Amino acid sequence: MAKKTNGGPATAESMAQQQRDISVSEFFLKNRHLLGFDSPRRALLTAVKEAVDNSLDACEEAGILPELGVDVEQLADNRFRVTVTDNGPGIVRNQIPKIFAKLLYGSKFHRLRMSRGQQGIGISAAGMYGQLTTGAATRILSRIKKSKTAHAIAVQIDTRQNKPAILSDEEVDWRPAFQSVDTAGQPAGEPAVSNHGTSVSIEMEAAYQRGKQSVDEFVKQCAIVNPHLTLHYRLTLAAKPETGNRGGENLKPETGNLSRKEESSVKSAPVSVATAQVSGSSSSASGLRSQVPGFSSQVSSVTYHRAVKAMPKIPDEILPHPHGVELGLLMQMLKDSESRTLRSALAHDFSRMSDRTALEICVRAGLNPKANPTRIAQQESEALYKAIQDTKLMRPPTDCLSPIGEAQILAGLQKELKADFCTAVTREPAVYRGNPFQIEIGLACARPQENAGVGLEEPVRVLRFANRVPLLYQAGACAMTKGVVGVNWKNYGLSQPKDALPIGPVVLLVHMASVWVPFTSESKDAIAGYAEILDELTLALQECGRRLSVFLSRRHHQQEAERKRSYIELYIPHLALGLKDILRFGDKEEDRVVHDLKKMLAKTHLDV
Amino acid sequence: MSRTIPSAPEVISKKAAAQKIVAVAGEIHEDIVKKHRKPEMVFPIRSLQNVRYDAKRGHFEILGKTATRTLSYNTVKTFAQSMRLLATTKNDLLDRDDIAGKREVYYNSKSWGECRFDEQPESDTLLDDIEAMLGINREQLGYIPEERGGDVTGPLVVVDQDPGTGKDIRIDCAKLGTGAWSIPSRVEHLRFEAGKAKFILAVETASLFQRLVHHRYYEKAHCILISMSGVPTRACRRFIRRLADDQRLPVLAFTDGDPYGYCNIYRTLKVGSGQAAHINRFFCVPQAHYLGVTPQDIADYQLEDATHPLEEADIKRAKDALKNDPFIQHHQEWQDALNHMLKLGVRVEQQAFAKHGLNFVLDTYLPDKLKKNKFLP
Repeated sequence: MAKKTNGGPATAESMAQQQRDISVSEFFLKNRHLLGFDSPRRALLTAVKEAVDNSLDACEEAGILPELGVDVEQLADNRFRVTVTDNGPGIVRNQIPKIFAKLLYGSKFHRLRMSRGQQGIGISAAGMYGQLTTGAATRILSRIKKSKTAHAIAVQIDTRQNKPAILSDEEVDWRPAFQSVDTAGQPAGEPAVSNHGTSVSIEMEAAYQRGKQSVDEFVKQCAIVNPHLTLHYRLTLAAKPETGNRGGENLKPETGNLSRKEESSVKSAPVSVATAQVSGSSSSASGLRSQVPGFSSQVSSVTYHRAVKAMPKIPDEILPHPHGVELGLLMQMLKDSESRTLRSALAHDFSRMSDRTALEICVRAGLNPKANPTRIAQQESEALYKAIQDTKLMRPPTDCLSPIGEAQILAGLQKELKADFCTAVTREPAVYRGNPFQIEIGLACARPQENAGVGLEEPVRVLRFANRVPLLYQAGACAMTKGVVGVNWKNYGLSQPKDALPIGPVVLLVHMASVWVPFTSESKDAIAGYAEILDELTLALQECGRRLSVFLSRRHHQQEAERKRSYIELYIPHLALGLKDILRFGDKEEDRVVHDLKKMLAKTHLDV
Repeated sequence: MSRTIPSAPEVISKKAAAQKIVAVAGEIHEDIVKKHRKPEMVFPIRSLQNVRYDAKRGHFEILGKTATRTLSYNTVKTFAQSMRLLATTKNDLLDRDDIAGKREVYYNSKSWGECRFDEQPESDTLLDDIEAMLGINREQLGYIPEERGGDVTGPLVVVDQDPGTGKDIRIDCAKLGTGAWSIPSRVEHLRFEAGKAKFILAVETASLFQRLVHHRYYEKAHCILISMSGVPTRACRRFIRRLADDQRLPVLAFTDGDPYGYCNIYRTLKVGSGQAAHINRFFCVPQAHYLGVTPQDIADYQLEDATHPLEEADIKRAKDALKNDPFIQHHQEWQDALNHMLKLGVRVEQQAFAKHGLNFVLDTYLPDKLKKNKFLP
């Protein structure tokens, strides 16, 4: 449709005036929802998530047991600084600007291998979001092993050219340091210092809110699903807005609530005009904040310690399986192929494609096996695509995946939940649309009083993970949730309303590992419901359910025995007392009768 | 007829009764600490399933069936309560020569903590258990019934004793004006003079009893009138039995014409109950016969329009009796009567005769029946 200008019909010339490059920043601003920056609250989470994903991927690839510091600091009412520090291998000086300030730059997009990040948008998008909302640069500190100094670099994106602009670049003496805290949030021991690592710091417009979609929840779930990770999380919330005229109107009530549930320490920052000594109950603190000039902040710190020292297996890279390749990608691959003939392009650029199968496909598509793949890409790729779909192929290799593993899932659940029962199932790898994937389920029967968010009358909590990354949004649209809802939990001892999550103090960890996780959208919130994936989910959930039901019925028996014991022990003394009164024996004999009776009844009624 | 009926329940001294309790407790104690096995309490089953109608003696005789209560999770509370009740019986009643009512037993248990009885039926049942287990009727253990024994009027002199001095007290039941004499809970010591009486008439309802007393029916008919107020109590049954035995008087029962009147009131009066199977031989009146109201009376006295339909419970009671009651099963006439009633589908009350005039019952019905001298066994 032609665009109308100044009332008259548009001409090719007038239209040409409108046509120009779209800068990445414009594209980004218009499509920020695609990347997870649609609300200030979500932006904060996404920034943390992208940085943590990168750090973990880097550590694991380098075979380093990851230790991370996640520091979220409220600078002003709606301004936060996110700093994520890792003990990873560090980044060589030349790569730093591109990694952090160039969209679609990375190591993961071009290979088919299980990793947290996939597209190379994440961290630079977070940096650009910060830059667009606050004007501040992304600050990186990085030190590689055996280097004498660290690089401190501040970068911004040249949004017109999608190129990094380096604002400052110095060599500094910096080493990543990680301060553990105890359960009260107080520092415990000396900070652990590493000789290598990276720290990225982004300032951005954001909002913090506690709850199931918060940064708090994200780091906790990270700790569960990455039991080899030690993570230090520090949240600093400004207790007073920066400017007086804005008063306390934008103060989130959640900041006041924080100290109730989290282990937090309330302290007043040492500022020259500090008059507000905020301590004690949070309600009095919020009262003070709006009246007393000065600055104070609430800091809550928590350390998630690693439970296992075994590194996850490094996943193997595989070639794409023909059945998993879309037409567009097929065309691209043929175009990019280094092979000279179609047959060899098929045989060498795809997995599970023998020379013979390649020939078979060419024949089926009515194409010359010796044809130039580039030409095929332009003209006959549709026939080829159809022929591929119609050809029976071996399933893709599945040993390329790196599941968390049952023992590790148990370790993760047990360290972060007070649970009476934990179990985990790692299914054998399966394939959807040519992509190998693997489903894992962890199930914990948590103690309702000792765990936030679980209760006897609450729906079970489903923690969703894709390639070890927690998914906090769009639970309802996710195949994982559908899988849980689709299982008949009544068979396993939980009540379940129709078409809903079962009820009970149960936490379900659902993990999908795959070389290509089929998200329903770019913001990577929900898994698409392929039948193969749902089947695997169901089988794994049912296995966990069976184990749960064994546990529940055993526990029921124990409780029953306990109830019987206390009932029996209530009346035995009376029986003995009656005998004593009739037969007139002494207290010692009475004790003996009680003792013998308890033993006698325990033997026949309490054997569990 | 010559019957060999024991004249009184076996008299057991309080000391002997206490010894029996000690023996039971001793066995339980030995089971626990020496034999290391679960203690048991054994009692005769007290229900119609465990009685036989002894036609010769004229009462329900208990059979040998026993129930064993072994200590277990399910019985531990009852076991404990039994021991505490036995201890109370021995220490507070027998050893101290004291008495207690059933309701007092229930309240007494309130000091036992979690072992207490929650409702009186619990303690009543346990008391019956203990009575059966020990083979000693509860009166001799010091337990007195709460309910009244029944009222007596007529040409009878009861010789009682002053509880303080032990002197004889003569009670002329014909000279109590508009009132009546109440049967005490213990009747073994009473003596009787009833030279003028020809029979004993046991009446179910107090209102009919009042009518008969008001019109001095006992003078006209030369009978001793006894009001049972429903199922006769043990004391009432024992009193009638002793009086009838002593004075060689026939006994006639006059109840409502319904399954309850036949199978519960009359049957219990005559042969005892399943519940008291272990002591029936003392607490029954084998010489009793049934005067009315019979199903046949409905037609004979044109009472069809003064009846009520049988209720479900009535039908069930009648069928139960036909199936399970050894007394009914022994007497074809009773089976016929019950089947007759089931066929009619109605019941009739004693007061129904008022249809023909308030005093029809004593002017016409009773003399008529007595003249016919045909009664149900």
